[in-house]
Amino acid sequence: MDLTLKVWRQKNAKTKGHFETYKVKNISPDSSFLEMLDILNEQLIHEGMDPVAVEKGCQSSGPVSFDHDCREGICGACSLYINGRAHGPDDEVTTCQLHMRKFKDGDTITIEPWRSSGFPVIKDLVVDRQAFDKILQAGGFISVNTGGVPDGNVIPISHEIAEESMDGAACIGCGACVATCKNGSAMLFVAARVSSLALLPQGKVEAAKRAKAMVAKMDELGFGACTNTRACEMECPKHVTVSHIARLNREFISAKFKE
Amino acid sequence: MAEKLISKIPEGPLSEKWTKHKSQLRVVNPGNKRKLEIIVIGTGLGGASAAASLGELGYNVKIFCISDSPRRAHSIAAQGGINAAKNYQNDNDSVYRLFYETIKGGDYRSREANVYRLAEVSGNIIDQCVAQGVPFAREYGGLLSNRSFGGAQVSRTFYARGQTGQQLLLGAYAALNRQIAAGTVKSYPRHEMLDLVMINGEAKGIIARNLVTGEIERFGAHAVVIASGGYGNTYFLSTNAMNSNGSAAWQCYKKGAYFANPCFAQIHPTCIPVHGDQQSKLTLMSESLRNDGRIWVPKKKEDVEKLRKKQIKPSDIAEEDRDYYLERRYPAFGNLVPRDVASRAAKERCDAGFGVNETGLAVFLDFSTAIKRLGEDKIRERYGNLFQMYEKITATNPYKEPMMIYPAIHYTMGGIWVDYNLQTTIPGLYAIGEANFSDHGGNRLGASALMQGLADGYFILPYTIGDYLAGQILKPKTDTNAPEFEEAEKAVRAKIDKLMSIKGKHTVDEIHKRLGHIMWEYVGMARNEAGLKKAIGLIQDLRKEFWSDVYVAGEKDNFNQELEKALRLADFLEIGELMARDALHRQESCGGHFREEMQTEDGETKRDDEHFMYVAAWEYKGEGKEPELHKEPLVYENIKIATRNYKD
Repeated sequence: MDLTLKVWRQKNAKTKGHFETYKVKNISPDSSFLEMLDILNEQLIHEGMDPVAVEKGCQSSGPVSFDHDCREGICGACSLYINGRAHGPDDEVTTCQLHMRKFKDGDTITIEPWRSSGFPVIKDLVVDRQAFDKILQAGGFISVNTGGVPDGNVIPISHEIAEESMDGAACIGCGACVATCKNGSAMLFVAARVSSLALLPQGKVEAAKRAKAMVAKMDELGFGACTNTRACEMECPKHVTVSHIARLNREFISAKFKE
Repeated sequence: MAEKLISKIPEGPLSEKWTKHKSQLRVVNPGNKRKLEIIVIGTGLGGASAAASLGELGYNVKIFCISDSPRRAHSIAAQGGINAAKNYQNDNDSVYRLFYETIKGGDYRSREANVYRLAEVSGNIIDQCVAQGVPFAREYGGLLSNRSFGGAQVSRTFYARGQTGQQLLLGAYAALNRQIAAGTVKSYPRHEMLDLVMINGEAKGIIARNLVTGEIERFGAHAVVIASGGYGNTYFLSTNAMNSNGSAAWQCYKKGAYFANPCFAQIHPTCIPVHGDQQSKLTLMSESLRNDGRIWVPKKKEDVEKLRKKQIKPSDIAEEDRDYYLERRYPAFGNLVPRDVASRAAKERCDAGFGVNETGLAVFLDFSTAIKRLGEDKIRERYGNLFQMYEKITATNPYKEPMMIYPAIHYTMGGIWVDYNLQTTIPGLYAIGEANFSDHGGNRLGASALMQGLADGYFILPYTIGDYLAGQILKPKTDTNAPEFEEAEKAVRAKIDKLMSIKGKHTVDEIHKRLGHIMWEYVGMARNEAGLKKAIGLIQDLRKEFWSDVYVAGEKDNFNQELEKALRLADFLEIGELMARDALHRQESCGGHFREEMQTEDGETKRDDEHFMYVAAWEYKGEGKEPELHKEPLVYENIKIATRNYKD
């Protein structure tokens, strides 16, 4: 496949970015989207090391920076906005699980970083998602120390509840929900954690306090409010649904009543 | 310097060693813990659980990871599960049985005392994770569910869908976050350790590169813990994450920590086959699939030909024309033989011409029998996300047609040598999880990596490190202006300047791919003397080429992934040589290390207990010099050494 790529380039957080256009050739439809970017980068590096091309005015900005790691859809590192969709034109995938067979020969593909005030750009397609860590540090845990805990089978948990909790726990913290939301809200991310823990007897104890602390931190860090457009669940690679937001709201309101 | 290899295994009966040892370890009182600083490198299961537990105890912890968040460490990718000797299934499991199966699975090349302790604390791990809110799979009665893994005759693997590693890491990361909020742990994401700093022979700090700004920074402490994982990416193509690397461990080796059994690398039998030369990494299909999947190739060559030409579908081949070769060769364990055995068996069939895809390097993993028995819904509930992952990558529906799989590099059993306290040969330097060598011998059993990472981090290191730190109470805070830091930083800067200035003709990835080919060809699933000797020469040549002709794009004082890769590859080019050297010296076959010269008549590994029942610990002797081999004899007081048998 031969493709035209319009890629967001930005030297660092302080400079203004712009799109650059590149062509890549002979891409296998079985390659993943990130492998296609690897090929682009090898090409850009070779252009950069060619003194003749540089003399002729080739102004390569070097290889494109993008976050990636496990390349099997679980680490949540990859974070590309492709043709106007978080993780590109396929459902329930991360960018590393997107394959070139989803595109046609001759296509032009636009590649941008996550765009949200909560996620400042570090370089090119790489953004800073430390805000997510900070939200979880505000209360996304159960307050137990190592050791001195009861046997794992002491408290039975119904199969259905364990599965529902797992549905929320499946969130990989990639940030597609925030990037997709027109308000830049992190509600789905926060709700997945709050709801997953609140469903379990172990997490129920601190549920209201947790909800309040995490929502307050989310607001403080500049994420927008939720207006129930449900765009987030459409783009979530792990199929986390807005039913978790409903559960978050319940915990949040119950915390407010207790005040 | 052989006296450095003191394993510190406590005296006394096996089952009492750890209890007795704990009672004799020194402890640090709470007031003094506040004065002591610990650096932890890596935030996977080992690093995150250790840092969280040490923070809870009151120590001052600094934790470093190369990703943008601790949660993305590669432990997250472990799919299948975690072993624990709970005997919840009433199938006669016990600490002893888990211990025994782990030693046997490792082909009698791991330490009895360490493995017994691992089995002993395994149950606590499950309790801890449940208390943290890990949503393990549950039965309808509300109790924890189990499944079976390779090399085990009982059902002791706990799991959370196909995302067990992720869920356990989220538990440890949550505990870590709680300590970060409490101020006992400070987190440094997007930081890479580039050197270990030693003062008066003790580990006292690190030099790290801030991956966002490119700044070189100094960090001091009273002890350093390496939890940076394995070195499987030496092979370029592996199931490891793209950024997983051996560099932190390797800097420790170059500063004097012995490196043990580097040739013991695990090749996982069930990975998605290589599709072409644009491929960047290999995807693992969980071992749990072997609970219900049956592995086969056609019996007839003409069926193989038709499959390769896509004239027939696998489901067109009649039952009697299928060779379920694992069930045929290993009736007692069938499809659940250990990984090294399953991998070699796949290679044997493919080498004999029965590989089922165009490249001839694939076998089938078939669920049709299980779907007939249990229904598609039950299979979806068990493995839904794995099936989805497979379909996304290959565009084949595994509910209808069998998966195609082939072995790939997955895990490294070798690593930094540690004693019973998990301390390396450098005082104050500890290594935990995949980064050390101690528990898995020549082959790791499935679902045991998660167990070891968390055992080390939650329940072992927090006790043993206190024994060392008790002697550090009177020592002042480490001064990062000390000449040792100055010198280490200068060396790191010089290395980076050198790399940036070469401006050669080859990209980092091009050279890494070539290293990968050498490793897979000569230091892969089957090794021999001539090949290993050749590999050492080829790697040395490639290393020279790298240092004279690599091109590192970008700037050193900015976010630069090419520079990150180049620094890691510089180390892989040395690690690969040590792996080959170790494989050459170990003239026996055991576990994942298969020397073609040493095999039984039916192609099984042939150990040489008389000459090789030891841990090979290598000491760095300086650039261009051959490393020195030290031997730690393995003593089996409780297990009868036998030929590993999975046939009956």
